[in-house]
Amino acid sequence: MSTEEPTLQRRASRKSVAFTEEKLVVDADGSVTVMATPNDDTKDTAVSHTPRTPPLAAALRASTDASQAPADGTAADGADANPDGLDLSLMKKKKKKVKKEDGESGDGAAAAGGEEAIDLSMKKKKKKKVVKEEDEFAKKLEALNLEGGESAEAPAEGDVQDGDMEKGTGIWAHDETRTISYNPLLSRFFTLLAQKNPDHASTGTRSYKIPPPQCLREGNKKTIFANLPEICKRMKRADEHVTAYLFAELGTSGSVDGSRRLVIKGRFQQKQIENVLRTYIIEYVTCKTCRSPNTELSKGENRLYFITCNSCGSRRSVQAIKTGFSAQVGKRRKMQQG
Amino acid sequence: MSGEIEIQNLKSRDPFADADEDSGQTTQTQEYIHIRIQQRNGRKTLTTVQGIPAKFDHKKILKVIKKEFACNGTIISDTESKGLGEVIQLQGDHRLKIKEFLVDKEEGLGLDEKNIKIHGF
Repeated sequence: MSTEEPTLQRRASRKSVAFTEEKLVVDADGSVTVMATPNDDTKDTAVSHTPRTPPLAAALRASTDASQAPADGTAADGADANPDGLDLSLMKKKKKKVKKEDGESGDGAAAAGGEEAIDLSMKKKKKKKVVKEEDEFAKKLEALNLEGGESAEAPAEGDVQDGDMEKGTGIWAHDETRTISYNPLLSRFFTLLAQKNPDHASTGTRSYKIPPPQCLREGNKKTIFANLPEICKRMKRADEHVTAYLFAELGTSGSVDGSRRLVIKGRFQQKQIENVLRTYIIEYVTCKTCRSPNTELSKGENRLYFITCNSCGSRRSVQAIKTGFSAQVGKRRKMQQG
Repeated sequence: MSGEIEIQNLKSRDPFADADEDSGQTTQTQEYIHIRIQQRNGRKTLTTVQGIPAKFDHKKILKVIKKEFACNGTIISDTESKGLGEVIQLQGDHRLKIKEFLVDKEEGLGLDEKNIKIHGF
């Protein structure tokens, strides 16, 4: 739950300028926004600058459902990211729970109980974003309507570049010789990109999926984490590293049994393990620059661990896993003292 | 390959300069306050707060906290064995509350939120 809060804040403060800019570019729907004001963070000004965002949004919404969901996802991605830097806060359990209700009510009931259990919450997140995004669109549209009807068209250019790109009318007609200005072209690119690759948006960190941890109870006091090797393989991390992190965070100890399952002392629920894994992924798997999970952890020269990103090539050092203070719990304390 | 090495060299120069420059600052930011949770038997838990700056009176903090959170707790000084300093240990899960307390400017310590790390599930 709240365990991620401090780390997130730290992260947000750490973000660099380049990072922000990249974020803005990723903001697929508001691509126009990006181009017009690369360093403009506030959305309100962006809206006033770019009256053409909503038509695109409308077009997107009109498009097929399959392509809509991911497109909205990316848009929300960028939009969320703008105000508070890294929007990994969306990963927070708390928020998810709150949003779950309206997500379900807004989108029908695709979330069957079984699916929820299987999917590591990614499905819910998507839905939530869609809802949020629609709200945002509605707001934007409203604001624009107040400004006036003509704001939906391009005011800057002399000739109105209008037309339905889906049907190939107006400027998008095949035999049209007018030069299309940059912004419509760009928005067309993103629209098409989203349409043709429905799963494109899901390649990013947002929908980085790991199999949900399987937790069994052994006896009364131990928890078996059954699919640790599988998860480690997915994350491309050594079992030992993940294990060490788990133990340090949970403040406990454990062992690996015959079939490479992890036996953790103490009672832990799947949810709790999941939270810890999530922080692990944020800390040790995702690339801070491009948020790609395609990274490698390697030991550097002087006992430092480095994460090298395979997609953008950035390299950063990560903290070694440290077990902090842990109080003696149980009978042993008496034995040690006396 | 050679290109990579060059880049690495460049990189290693930069952080070094940084570390030299604000070594004081890094020590400051490194001094995290760790809030951890530990399971005891049954539903019971312990919360440990490690790394509260020495300028605060730990005993007084504990006294206030105990009253506010309605829990018991102790200060464990672990200075000699592991060098962890004094650790405040509370009974029960008070991670969120204690963080609020540490951050609170009027009634708490007014510490920087960035330096507080909450561990555990």
